[in-house]
Amino acid sequence: MIEGSLDTQSEYLLRELSPQVLGAVIRRFRDFAAAEDAVQEALLAAAMQWPLEGVPDNPRAWLIQVASRRMIDHVRSELSRRQRETDAAMQSEQSAPAADVAQETDHDDTLMLLFMCCHPALTPSSAIALTLRAVGGLTTVEIANAFLVPEATMAQRISRAKQSIKASGVPFRSPTNHERAQRLRAVLHVLYLIFNEGYISSVGPQLQRLELSREAIRLTRAVHSLLPHDGEVAGLLALMLLTDARRTARTGPDGELIPLTKQDRTLWDQKEISEGISLITSALSKGSIGEYQLQAAIAAVHDEAARAEDTDWPQILALYELLKRMSDNPMVMLNHAIAAAMVRGPFAGLDLLTALDADGRLAGHHRLDAVRAHLLELAGDRQAAMAHYQTAAGRTTSLPERNYLMTQAARLRESTTSPAGDDSTR
Amino acid sequence: MKYILLMAAPKAGFETYRAWSEKDVKAHFAILQGINKELSESGEFVITEGLAWPDQAKVVRGRKDGAPMTDGVFPESKEFLAGYWIIDVESPERAYEIAARISEAPGPDGAALNMPIEVRQIMNGKRDEQP
Repeated sequence: MIEGSLDTQSEYLLRELSPQVLGAVIRRFRDFAAAEDAVQEALLAAAMQWPLEGVPDNPRAWLIQVASRRMIDHVRSELSRRQRETDAAMQSEQSAPAADVAQETDHDDTLMLLFMCCHPALTPSSAIALTLRAVGGLTTVEIANAFLVPEATMAQRISRAKQSIKASGVPFRSPTNHERAQRLRAVLHVLYLIFNEGYISSVGPQLQRLELSREAIRLTRAVHSLLPHDGEVAGLLALMLLTDARRTARTGPDGELIPLTKQDRTLWDQKEISEGISLITSALSKGSIGEYQLQAAIAAVHDEAARAEDTDWPQILALYELLKRMSDNPMVMLNHAIAAAMVRGPFAGLDLLTALDADGRLAGHHRLDAVRAHLLELAGDRQAAMAHYQTAAGRTTSLPERNYLMTQAARLRESTTSPAGDDSTR
Repeated sequence: MKYILLMAAPKAGFETYRAWSEKDVKAHFAILQGINKELSESGEFVITEGLAWPDQAKVVRGRKDGAPMTDGVFPESKEFLAGYWIIDVESPERAYEIAARISEAPGPDGAALNMPIEVRQIMNGKRDEQP
């Protein structure tokens, strides 16, 4: 992770310990922003020293000690700065902090850190960066590389995020019961965004971004082990696993997108699929159904089909109908239209798209055009399908997506007899 | 989301550039440096580059000998690319706001140049989010 010489096992250990160490240091010094910096320094020190000196007997205590020393240095320099600036008498109140390092609150710490890092006052990009560093134990350089920005820019983004949290006055404790559900939703949303950041084609310099989807799975797994009875946490973890299972099959040798119907399903990761299915089955049996669980259930139906033509579309349609009742998301309406087309024919899907046009929230969104193109092609109107593929290509901001859509339009222009394929690429 | 801000300068502007006073040149660079510093501090900066002047440019097209077809871009262009910024921002509006400030960088006698800044979104490598 940090230094090339650190072995994978130690790297993993460091990342696992990172939120525990941070929690302990925050409790001791009561300063999230400074503690976060100190722990980052301790992780860097470990990455440099452990390969030479060996992993200490108690790595957690070692990290807490190193981070605490950094904190004491920080407190001292703050004190001397204030001493220079203000009356010396004021200074005696800034006593050294108590050295209580609790062991048994590690697990709560990880959750509390996630609640802080996914604070509603932060923009998504800040929350993502801070979560990856404070909870994921990634270095600023690694996060900067993942988002293709300079290290200094990422360092500023993290530092500003911490300032925002400080300014919001949120104490380092669990949210109250009535805000808890909403805050947990925010946490799950940030984890979902991290997963999607990493869930891209493995082309060129962006190859390393694949790590982000693994990181999102690791963090969601940690939340699931802390809240094993929360159906939505289980649902999100299942959704990630069931989607990640198709990763290798989604992209061709030149980085081109391969739609779900054309994927080589023998490349799907059966271990991830069976774990995802068992998670979602158990979550759904508990009764409290949520959006992530339904999305996971839909992904599971796709994953269970050995061939594209075996896909149980009526079941997917039923699940989208449930999801539509829970969610006002126009993307859900769009996917519902695809499922309706697969069950009742393309015109049923196109009718639903007309309703989406009236809704207006997806106006100008490439995906509305891409789905319309696909359904028009199924309906046999190749000219109109081609035009909508072209419009969609002009509107997307994703390069692999644009290449895919341009290829679809070109295919329609050149051929008049080839059978239609599913546009759904995932 | 990442944007590239392309600073185009008219050919006429380039020719008068060499006649700017020291004070005007310094004021111009100070403003641009200040914008760069602010972008760094706000966590939005990715890269900025200034390009060599267009009389150093060559235009090349695929030919067997690889020899440039023209010296400079002037014979073919009314304006030239002076430099660019890549920024990583939360919204297109923020990209326009930064572009407007760059556009207003001062020229001779401190008057805003109001250079045209072309704002283009950079394509990402992401897949569609929906199943």
